[in-house]
Amino acid sequence: MEALKQELKSKIIEVLNLEDVAVADINDNDALFGDGLGLDSIDALELIVMLDKDYGIKLVDPKEGKVIFKSIETMAAYIDENRVK
Amino acid sequence: MTADKKYIKSFCIIQNNQVWLNGEVVFETEPTVFSDFSKKTYQFLEMNYPKFFKMDNLSKLAFLGSELLLKTESNSLEENSTALVFANKSSSLDTDVKYQNSISDPENYYPSPAVFVYTLPNICLGEISIRHQLKSENSFFIFANYNPVFMEKYSNILLETEKADKVLCGWVEYYNEDYKAFLYLVDREGELEHNQEILKKLYNK
Repeated sequence: MEALKQELKSKIIEVLNLEDVAVADINDNDALFGDGLGLDSIDALELIVMLDKDYGIKLVDPKEGKVIFKSIETMAAYIDENRVK
Repeated sequence: MTADKKYIKSFCIIQNNQVWLNGEVVFETEPTVFSDFSKKTYQFLEMNYPKFFKMDNLSKLAFLGSELLLKTESNSLEENSTALVFANKSSSLDTDVKYQNSISDPENYYPSPAVFVYTLPNICLGEISIRHQLKSENSFFIFANYNPVFMEKYSNILLETEKADKVLCGWVEYYNEDYKAFLYLVDREGELEHNQEILKKLYNK
């Protein structure tokens, strides 16, 4: 699980072009949206694509994203449970 | 409606790894790719605006040019007072091609929302408006070539009908690493007259 969390942090920085953010800057329980990393709605869609592309997880209901993308911790737990690749 | 003289208050050109402001080179790099040049220009301008790195190349180019000209105007800008009139030849084709490439393989079909949102040229006007808090008139035109005749007339109409107090005009062309931005701020005061001959001359400098 720890390796997955680190992998997610790197991927988020790369996929979302977070130029001034390093892996070490993101804590497992930091909010990804709002006051945390400050991601926006387009970033949320990009994360949905990433789940599909890299882990084979298709989110049928985008509202699920609100819970799944709360933090690295929640993302990693969801991926660990539902990944098909 | 009054047809008083209009002036070019300031102008800039960004091309060939150089940034010109009012006829002087203010920043340049060794020959490099646009992503590197634009990042270095961003750093030179001491901007702190992480959204910049999410933009496509056309928006980055327009954004840097507008930053040069509006940076010193920000304090005097009144709400809704500065219109944006931009144009180019290739529209958003550079990003359109990137997006098309990302969806052309049915076995690897992952359309990127972050790329898709830049598949219109006028998105760059939105980025500039957000940055400078503009709620003004804005238009993006596509022409076969730089068109100072149209740009002069259109910006003058905006000023004469009091749709705007100033107009930021720009030719921002980007396709496949080939780029040029020529931006200028039209105002009712200044020293350099706003007319087609001057616009042609400045563009070709």
